[in-house]
This record gives sequence, C-alpha cells and structure tokens, in this order.
Amino acid sequence: MSKPYNNTKATLALAKASFRSIMRSPSAVVFTLAFPLIFILVFGFLGRGGVKVDLAIASGSDLQNPIIKALEQISVVHIIKDKDPAELKTGLEKGNIDAVINVQKNTEDNTPAYLANVQYTSASLDKGTILKSVLNNLMYTLNSKDVKPTIAQLNESTVQGRIYRTIDFILPGQLGFSLLSTGVFGTAFVFFSLRQTLVIKRFFATPVSRASIVFGEGIARIGFALCGAVFIILIGHFFFHFTLIHGIITVLNMLLLAIMGLIVFMGFGFVVSGIAKSESTIPPISNIITLPQFLLSGTFFSIDAFPSWLQPISRALPLTYLNDAMRKVAFEGAGLWDVKHQILIMIIWGIGVYAVAVKVFKWE
Amino acid sequence: MDKTNAIISVKELVKKYDDFTAVQGISFEVYENEIFGLLGPNGAGKTTTLEIIETLREKTSGEIIVDGYSVDKDANKIKRIIGVQLQAAGYYPNLNLVELMELFSGLYGVDIKPMEMLEKVNLQDKAKAKYKALSGGQKQRFSIATTLINSPKIIFLDEPTTGLDPQARRNLWDLIIDIRNNGTTVVITTHYMDEAEQLCDRVAFVERGEIIALDTPDNLIDNLINSGFERTKEVKKANLEDVFINLTGKEWREDN
Repeated sequence: MSKPYNNTKATLALAKASFRSIMRSPSAVVFTLAFPLIFILVFGFLGRGGVKVDLAIASGSDLQNPIIKALEQISVVHIIKDKDPAELKTGLEKGNIDAVINVQKNTEDNTPAYLANVQYTSASLDKGTILKSVLNNLMYTLNSKDVKPTIAQLNESTVQGRIYRTIDFILPGQLGFSLLSTGVFGTAFVFFSLRQTLVIKRFFATPVSRASIVFGEGIARIGFALCGAVFIILIGHFFFHFTLIHGIITVLNMLLLAIMGLIVFMGFGFVVSGIAKSESTIPPISNIITLPQFLLSGTFFSIDAFPSWLQPISRALPLTYLNDAMRKVAFEGAGLWDVKHQILIMIIWGIGVYAVAVKVFKWE
Repeated sequence: MDKTNAIISVKELVKKYDDFTAVQGISFEVYENEIFGLLGPNGAGKTTTLEIIETLREKTSGEIIVDGYSVDKDANKIKRIIGVQLQAAGYYPNLNLVELMELFSGLYGVDIKPMEMLEKVNLQDKAKAKYKALSGGQKQRFSIATTLINSPKIIFLDEPTTGLDPQARRNLWDLIIDIRNNGTTVVITTHYMDEAEQLCDRVAFVERGEIIALDTPDNLIDNLINSGFERTKEVKKANLEDVFINLTGKEWREDN
C-alpha cells in the first residue's frame, strides 16, 4: 500500500485490455482491414490491364493479312474472333464490342492489296476514338514501309519512368479511409458504450486517472490501426507492386502520418461519443463525418477530376491532406518535411476538433 | 463486536440535485470489521450515500472521513483502500474473467494472481468465460472478486443479491461473511430484511434521505416487540424459503 500509485502501469493495463477487445470485435476488424482490402483487391485487379479496346473481326473477313497480324501485336487492342453477325450487331449496340473490322483482299485493283472496313459504335465513342488513332497509326506504318518520307521523319522514344499504377493511387486513399473509420467509429462506440454500461464508472472507483483512460484507449487504437496499416501496405506492395520508393523508410514515414491522421480522427470520435444520445445515433453522426471525406477527399478519384465548385470543399477536409501526404511519401519519396503543408493543416484540424471534444465529451 | 473503532464517519451529509434533495443531513459511523447494512426503499438515498463515500459523486455539504482520509482532499487515497461493487456495473467488453482481473490489477496498481482471486469466489472454472456469459450469481461473485483485488480495508456492496435465487443468495452470504472474517469491513445495501437480519451486525434504515433508525437487528426487533407489536400470523419454526432450500439443496450449483 505504501508504494506510490503507478499511472503508467494503469495506462498500459488499459491499453492491453482495449487492444484485446478491439481484436475480438468483428466490426473493428471489418472496417479497418476487410473493407480497405476489398477495395484494394478490386482496384488492384482492375488497374492491371489499363485501357482495352474490344475489336471484333467480322465473319467472312480475311484473317491472313498484315493488318490483323499487326493489330494482334498491339496491347491496347483486344481481338475477338468467331462471332456470328447477330452477336456482333447486338455487341456493338450494347457497347460490349467497341468496333468490328472486316478486311478483304482487293480483287478489283492491285493497289491497295487489302481493304479494311471498320464499323464503330456510338455506344462506345471514346474507345472508338482510341481505336481510330491506333488504326491511323498502323495504316501509316504499313503503307509507308518502303517509302522514304519526303518532309520529315518521326523519331519516337520513351523515357523509362516509374510506373504509376492504380494501386499507387488507391492504396493511400484506402489507408486513409481505414484510419478515418477506425478513428471515428471505433472511438465513438467504445467511449459511448463504456459510459453507458458503467464500465467507466467502475474504473473511477479505482485510483486510475482520466488521462490514463484516454491514453490507454488511444494507444490501443493507434496500435491496432498501425497493425492494419502495415498489413495493407504489405499486401499492396507484394501482391500489387505498390511503390515504396525508399522501402522501410517510406513505410515508417507513412506510419507516422497514419498516427497523426488517426489522432485527428479520434478527436471526431470523442465528439461523436459526447453528442450521441443513444447507441443508434452514433452511426448516422459518424457517417456525416466520414462519408463526405470518403467521397470527396480523393480516396477513389483525384480531386482535380471534381467540378471546380466542389474542389474548395475537398480541399477543406483533413483526409484530403492525409491522402495527399501519403501519396507524396509513398510514390514520390517525399520526407515528412516535404509534406509539412499537409501536416500543418491536419494539426490545425486536430486543434479545432479537440477544442470541441473537450467541450462536449461526457464521462458519465 | 467489542471494537467500536469507527472506520467510516459521515456527518450531516447533504446531497441536492437540481430539483430535489436526495440526502438530507444524515450522520452515521461504520465500525471496523463489521457488516453494516443500509436498508430502505428504492429512491431513499442509499446508493447516493454510498457513491459519495466511494468518492464517485460530489456531495453538497457535510463531512466524510474514511479510515482517516477526507473525501474532499484524499479521494485517491480512499480509492486505494476500498473495494466497490456497483449496482448493475458492466465490465470491459470481449474480455474473459482472467483478462478482466489483469486489467483491474493494473488499474489498482497491485500484483495479483487472477486465478487465486477467482478461486476466492469459486469461479476458477469460468476463468476463460466472458462476463456476459455468466449467470446472475456468478456475475455478482465476479464483481465481488474485483472489489478484493487491492486487499481493501472496506468493501461496498450495492444490492449484491437482488435477482438471485435462494441458493445463490445463501452462497453469497457465506462469501460476504468469509470476507468479513478475513478482516474486511463490509457496507451493504439490500431490500431483503431476512438478509440484513442474517448478515448485518448493525443496520441503518434510510427513508427520504434521512436515517430513521440505526441499531443491531436484534435491538431493533426487540424495541418493536416491546412497543407492543405482534405479528398477525404466528411465526412457525421454519418458513417457505427453508422448505425450498431443504428440498432443492444448499450446495453450489454449476449455474448460480
């Protein structure tokens, strides 16, 4: 009894208990790991192929000719063979097939040797346009094979750059969203239910301090979210070639950003737990906070793609800056100091949110 | 009870809420190593009084000393020497009993062996069970086990036997008497007068925030009889609960 009370021990005991509890809570695991992973898997596989134009070869078309051979070599073009005319017609109308090509030997004259008829569809004009330029290019190459250019010769080369894959955009966004949902939903539910079921009241009958309760919960949630983040990053890296420029250093920088983001988002969670009147009002209030950020913070699409009136809203949200900083760190190899602008805005959000949280948070 | 060393002393305790006064100037003492009962109807102010002594609630006025510490200045010191069982308190979700014990030992800052604590209340077989999965009697026994973690000088039990069947209730009485025999003072609230009569060394009757009687159960009964009170029905040497226990057995049951 005489030895002084140890706040650290109490905090760690709470962190351990809370961590165990989170690991056994299905909703926490689903929101933090399963959802982001599903999105990453979907976009990871989607992103692999890039743009494909489905080009069907008409029945009765000549197959042994340089045009078809060349088209088969072009990665953008996906050749579809052996379809009957009825299938081709409905395919074109629905846009399942982007175009149909029919190559015939020229029987009337000697030049040109072949006639290529291409039919596009208004159901898929954008793909049609791509195909048009592919065909123009192809025809030019084929026709001018043995001809010396009279005006200028085009010499093309490609700089070997880093490949920016869909995963490089999607993964940081999903990571940010995972942190947002575990921060807001998790914190809100835990503190609300601990208060409601008098768990906190029982804690208050022990010598534990309020700070220990908040820190213990915080440590557990950050620990859990970081495990999730590492898991997501590793899956992304090893299965979908997510770019980590400086390897482990990049991962550590991302984790530091994750902690900052999570602390801000947990602030929202404290606010929600304070203003929620009942357990059933927590999800709607949390959704008001998370959904706009999910959609507008560049989780799936770049903010630049949004209409200009929407962009200022996007640029006001904290998740936007977390996503932005994550992408810069992961893909461009930026250090934390390079993303200080983003970090500063997150800190400002943090100060604002915790100022509100202190006002509305309830212990009992 | 030869010793009459006051370990808790409450003087002129008042608790006012916005619109009503829950406790209006009550005074009493709890002696060291006794089982002290606070009796009275719902809403009489029993729980409020307990929670103020437990430092969980602010008082409006009055003075409370617990083992030499004042609730105003030394709330944290008091928390370290008392054990508290709350009415209807919950426990951290998704944890089993051993893990909850570890949590509480961290919160109290003491080293205990969770299994030994569970053995004290005969819950060693439920070590891996979740609190939610326990029966009513098991829940109460677990709650009492959490109050013993810091080897407290005083434990407070708020209606520990409400909702239990007769066997579970008797088991809990035995447990409470054991705890007292090991040197701990017990303060208990209850609605059951037979329980208070069996268990308590002294009882205080609380009504509308005031203590209307305080004495040993024997003296209170004798006083009533001396005032000329008679039961309308003559009391037999056994009652229906004795019949129930006699028929169904008194032993511990798996589920109580």
